[in-house]
Amino acid sequence: MSVKILGKSKGFYDTFERRPGINKEQTHYCPGCGHGILHKLIAEAVVDFGVAENLIFISPVGCSVFSFYYFNAGNFQAAHGRAPAVATGVKRAKPESIVISYQGDGDLAAIGGNEILHAANRGEAITVFFVNNAIYGMTGGQMAPTTLIGQKTTTTPYGRTLQNEGYPIRMAEIISSLESPVYVERVMLADTRSINAARKAVRKGIKNQIENKGFSFVEVLSTCPTGWKMTPPQSQEWIKSTLSETFPLGVYKDISDQVEPLDLSQNFAPSERIPKLIGLEQDKLDYDIATMKIAKEIDQEIRISGFGGQGVLTLGVWLSEIGMREDLNVSWIPSYGPEMRGGTANCHVKLSRTSIGSPLVTHPSILIAMNRPSLEKFEEDVIEGGAIIWDNSLIDIEPTRKDIKNIPVPATEIANELGNTRISNVVILGVLAGFSDFLDPLVVQRVLPLIFKKKHLLEINLKAFQKGLELGRELLA
Amino acid sequence: MAKARGLVAVNFEECKGCKLCVDACPVDVLHLAKSFNTHGYSPAEYDGEGCTGCGICYYACPEPGAITVFKRWEEAQEAYICHNNNVQSRLSLQDSVRGLALCDSCGQEVILSDFLNLRFAE
Repeated sequence: MSVKILGKSKGFYDTFERRPGINKEQTHYCPGCGHGILHKLIAEAVVDFGVAENLIFISPVGCSVFSFYYFNAGNFQAAHGRAPAVATGVKRAKPESIVISYQGDGDLAAIGGNEILHAANRGEAITVFFVNNAIYGMTGGQMAPTTLIGQKTTTTPYGRTLQNEGYPIRMAEIISSLESPVYVERVMLADTRSINAARKAVRKGIKNQIENKGFSFVEVLSTCPTGWKMTPPQSQEWIKSTLSETFPLGVYKDISDQVEPLDLSQNFAPSERIPKLIGLEQDKLDYDIATMKIAKEIDQEIRISGFGGQGVLTLGVWLSEIGMREDLNVSWIPSYGPEMRGGTANCHVKLSRTSIGSPLVTHPSILIAMNRPSLEKFEEDVIEGGAIIWDNSLIDIEPTRKDIKNIPVPATEIANELGNTRISNVVILGVLAGFSDFLDPLVVQRVLPLIFKKKHLLEINLKAFQKGLELGRELLA
Repeated sequence: MAKARGLVAVNFEECKGCKLCVDACPVDVLHLAKSFNTHGYSPAEYDGEGCTGCGICYYACPEPGAITVFKRWEEAQEAYICHNNNVQSRLSLQDSVRGLALCDSCGQEVILSDFLNLRFAE
């Protein structure tokens, strides 16, 4: 006979190492918060059903944004309100996984109202847990779409009124009115009996997904003692006496016994079809891949930074384009912002033989600095033995570090001599190809015509590249 | 009164003193401690006797690992596998209020609420 013990679920990490600060044992939730109870019910269910290994948790914006501190599972943190959209993508790409979209009422009913309606309407085979505490808890207790009439919040200090804010939205009722959802229930976390009912609903929602039944939606009336300015026992009492009056509990829809399991294998395009779909096969180069120089230094993390207009983002696009044609994994993300008006507009580029986990380049192996603020800002981030390529015709200081390769290039000057300031980024590309062995000049010269479709532009850019290439080779020698 | 055959162990450092378990306990054997833990909360404590092992406090508690309930303490006591010697040993209850026991095999203190690090024979 096995020993019966109720303790911390294996669905959680033993210690919460991802949580910043010294407190790695407690959750970040306030005392008495309903999130913790629901987390426990979910963790227990996925472990009991043996799917903890396959769990991908989509965390929202709200207090539960940090659920990846706690769940020993895969996690995506979605933009505000977009958890069901992200969950849709994850479930379609990995139909064998258990995808849980976990959202609060501000996230799901306000900002993400559209996403949840359409995910539900499409009948995505995911499980949605909707934590309804009638306010925006994380931001300090503002009115949410679910706030009760007369309820005082920081943004409705005299109480919510019909005239100004309208009626509270009942999401479970709305979702259950759609055709596709197979299971919609509203439960509460207010006492032993209701928590037990919530536990059953959580398990059913997850079970439905394991059996590929379709879209399951569990609304959970939950406490926010801090936002409601009550003690935890008082808040549970308030759910029972007040909140559940406006949001009646119960099963709003359950056709999970009547529906056939979905066939999820047709839900997404196989990866080999994608290049064809986006027309990549057409302009494949005709060179023989075996003749290409696959260099040892091919994995590069590059940060390119400068003024807006210098072509720093474009240079990043070219690098990833070239990398793609060398059959590498590539990533490129720009860093937009007020910096576009002078300062440090920059982009992150990764070229790798293995798959890329994160596209962020926090410690570049190569920094390309096209203006002074960029050099000052990113110099310290470069890894030891990395390289800094900087435009010494524009930057009047020098890198101070001695443990890096210092490569000054008068790129703007050269570009001006050639007749167009805007091609300084191509000069840099040439230098990069010349001094390092991860870019094959032959490949670059073959890719450039694909980028510059206009003939007259191609000529001057090839010239600039050649000039940079020569300079780079000189530097190497 | 229901038969006391369970044991509840509250993790002194993980509990935030929200009092939900104290209110939920049907046999009323939990209370808030007079002292504070390092995070400044007054955690819940077991009275030391009377737990039936129903598990209601476990589900009432919002912290993942603050409460551990041994449904049949005597069985769990015998099935304990020593962390150091990797043999089946026996737990002797040392402090039922704080949930501390001694392992008969290695003699070391066992925090009963540290559930993920405890092993028991099937």
